[in-house]
Amino acid sequence: METAQSKISFTINGKKVERRVRSSMLLIDFIRNELKLKGTKPGCLGGECGACTVLVDGVAVNSCLYLVINVDGKSVTTVEGLSGEEQSLDVVQLSMVEHGAVQCGFCTPGMVMAIKSFKSQCDHNHHTPDREEIKKNLEGNICRCTGYVKIIDAVEALF
Amino acid sequence: MNYNIIGKRIPKIDAGDRVSGKSVFGYDIELPGMLHGAILRTKYPSAIIKSIDISKAKKLAGVECVITADNVDTENLNFRKDHPVLKKGEVNCIRDEIAAVAAVSKEIAEKALELIEVTYVERTGIFDPLEALKKDAPQINKFSKGDNGNKNISEAFHYEHGDLAEEKKKSACIITRQYVLPKVTPTCLSPSSITANYSTVDDELTLYSSTQVPFLYQREISQVLKMDPSKIRVIQPIIGGGFGTKLDIHPFEPICALLSIKTGKPVQILFSRKEEFIHSAIRQSMVIDLTTGADKNGKFTFREVKIIKDNGAYTSWGVKTSFVIMQTFSSLYQVPACVYDADAVYTNNVFAGSIRGFGNPQATFALERNIDLMAEELGMDRAEIRLINANFPGEISGQGLEYHSCGHKPALEAVIKHSGYFTRNKKNNQGRYKRGIGLASMLHVGGGAKIYPSDGCGTTLKLDTYGYLTIITGSSEIGQGSETVLAMMAAEELGIDLKKIKVINTDTNVKPWDVGVHASRTSFVAGNSVLGALKKLKEKLSDKAAQLLNTSLEDLVFENGTIRSEKTGNSFKIDKIVRELHFKPPHELCEVSYYYEPSSEFQDKNFKGNVSSCYAFAAQAVEVEVDTLTGKVDVLHVYVGQDVGKVLNPLGLEGQIEGGVVMGLGYALSEEMIFENGYLRNFSFHDYKVPTARDIPEIHFYPIETHEKTGPYGAKGMAEAPLVPTAAAIANAVSNILGVEINSLPITPENVLKAISNKQSDQG
Ligand code: FES
Ligand code: FES
Repeated sequence: METAQSKISFTINGKKVERRVRSSMLLIDFIRNELKLKGTKPGCLGGECGACTVLVDGVAVNSCLYLVINVDGKSVTTVEGLSGEEQSLDVVQLSMVEHGAVQCGFCTPGMVMAIKSFKSQCDHNHHTPDREEIKKNLEGNICRCTGYVKIIDAVEALF
Repeated sequence: MNYNIIGKRIPKIDAGDRVSGKSVFGYDIELPGMLHGAILRTKYPSAIIKSIDISKAKKLAGVECVITADNVDTENLNFRKDHPVLKKGEVNCIRDEIAAVAAVSKEIAEKALELIEVTYVERTGIFDPLEALKKDAPQINKFSKGDNGNKNISEAFHYEHGDLAEEKKKSACIITRQYVLPKVTPTCLSPSSITANYSTVDDELTLYSSTQVPFLYQREISQVLKMDPSKIRVIQPIIGGGFGTKLDIHPFEPICALLSIKTGKPVQILFSRKEEFIHSAIRQSMVIDLTTGADKNGKFTFREVKIIKDNGAYTSWGVKTSFVIMQTFSSLYQVPACVYDADAVYTNNVFAGSIRGFGNPQATFALERNIDLMAEELGMDRAEIRLINANFPGEISGQGLEYHSCGHKPALEAVIKHSGYFTRNKKNNQGRYKRGIGLASMLHVGGGAKIYPSDGCGTTLKLDTYGYLTIITGSSEIGQGSETVLAMMAAEELGIDLKKIKVINTDTNVKPWDVGVHASRTSFVAGNSVLGALKKLKEKLSDKAAQLLNTSLEDLVFENGTIRSEKTGNSFKIDKIVRELHFKPPHELCEVSYYYEPSSEFQDKNFKGNVSSCYAFAAQAVEVEVDTLTGKVDVLHVYVGQDVGKVLNPLGLEGQIEGGVVMGLGYALSEEMIFENGYLRNFSFHDYKVPTARDIPEIHFYPIETHEKTGPYGAKGMAEAPLVPTAAAIANAVSNILGVEINSLPITPENVLKAISNKQSDQG
């Protein structure tokens, strides 16, 4: 069965990509199966856990709910895009490590991306969030190991 | 004692990989030429299978293999060998596997499942254990030997100590209640996965498996598949959450192996979130009938316990939760007499598993609720009654547990003090929002648990000529951070930088034997094993160093990557000493192996004996606010006092405490698997509510250091404990605040409102 294909071009982690894709393909499948970037995690594939969070034009989205054709012309960042050649870890990642915010680590890439997006929003508005705001912002990311305390600590330390 | 590394806040040694997406989880594995497996499960929880027709599925392009019970040769699985890998003739719970397919893509494998035609004759299932116990009930599991007095009892446990009749006579107050605990699931964030790779050339099977007990797994898989165990290599990728779910083998694992054996190609099976909800291990539901007594001074006299556990259709290790539950009733607080019976009853529900806490949250809930009720009846304070009955150092419990170190009372005192239990203002509780504090304690094994022929762990150490140490440990890492603690121990003992230590723990072809991750044992047992190996390694290095430095063994100090003579101040770098040993006579490698077996003993047939080297004690106080209009319970503060023996890594320890408490919070307030006639009705995070960042209380932790003489640096196991008393303490708080009895979980707003209105109609 032939499915409709569309041509898209976008940047991912700073590199340009051009592909023909099925219009029904989800961004998470494209990232994991086509680009083989396995850092983005499929925790539920239903928009409920946040493990698959990536940035599209700097804003956190659930890649399991996002069609890849919708990134046409946009810029996508996955967890692999944070630790580049020059820097070993991003400030958010470093803070997570230092604060013991990682146990099994399956939620972690999604957490990191959600925090990254939150941080740049706050920075943009010159805003220092309090703990309640931080908690509210992490609500879409489930972690079953840490009890969230250390993750919240890690975010708080960024401001 | 002053330590350089032990007791410091050290981040997990592989946290960098985990935060940067570099860690390879089971879900991330891709092997060349890999096929995708999918499993056909039953449509009905109880049915006769008339026929299975796989001919159409086999013809679908891209399908490489279809298996059913008819074309494979396997032994039954699990603890009682009552669980066929693929079901034949009948199905008995909604998880039952009927056929499996391997195909070139997941889509084709799933398509093929739709082409398999199964004719069923549906039967009326039995979903209530009490129904299953009736004389005229049919035998649910045909492999049940019925050797426990009833064909539908999988395991029956009886335990007793003391003179029950005598203690009843002494009792000024006797409380009898029934407690009902739901089924919950840990929802590991990574759904289950397995990749099997069979080589037809050398008859070797490699399993990339998330098991937490790789050596027991290897042995059992070999029995099930009728293979030589040593031909099975278990590789553990990074595990996305365990919590006990990975203690039992589930049928999808041998099924994946069979598909690989049949096709000669690698095969992978990945669960969806829905499958993870329905088909992975759960905390079992229980009905606990408990009678407890106390004399007029509030001293406990006896406990009489009868428990019915829903075993589900097959018997997992989860059935052994009866051991841990027994321990709480026989030995948490001093109690002169205890009679305990627990039956695990077959039903057509999904089978129970073994989840963090292993029956203890359920037991502790019942016991701690009864203690509050006894205090009330005796007119005693709820803290006071706990303090006067607390366990103490030197106590040997009725069951024979030996508490050479015991922080029960200090743990209680810490949480009573810090929560302001006695000092806070109890007025102002008249409005819509009411606040109060609830208390609960817990007891758990802290030094392994001798339930398998060995409870030990092996370690091999390799110090290379560059001064880097490789620790090859039998133990497994499932996110709890044990590998970091082991590396810290090595850094402490050898005086080398933590960055120069590597931990290898994922391959049964390489690592020495270990019983696996359970019973909060890893830091304790694997820690002692590493310390034993380090001692041998240091002896080897010291002999050479003493010779080179021309001094005595006692004069040597390991520090900053060197071995130094205290007297002369002369030193050699540790890598130089390794090279001296290796490249010059005696030409020896700096490698040692050590096996540690805990000093605990097997319990006798009456379940008496000191089953663990030491025991962990904890108390929690929770401050709760109830909205009497909506019934919503808000847990504001959780105060945790826990006897951890010695704090090895505060960062990792706090993480375990916080994670445990929040898991306990979910158990208390929101989590419940809703089954209707054997079908699970809530199988998404939308319908099954786990706590989010917004739900968490302030968690205050007061470690109690009792310096356990058998523990590494005095430490005890600790990782299961923090979730054990949380639900009990919350239920006590809510009951006390509202003057109602919360005797079941979860404490949803609906249940709170019901309790309030029942109370009003009682009074009216
Ligand atoms: S995998 Fe996308 S939200 Fe869970
Ligand atoms: S660290 Fe395991 S789910 Fe968050």
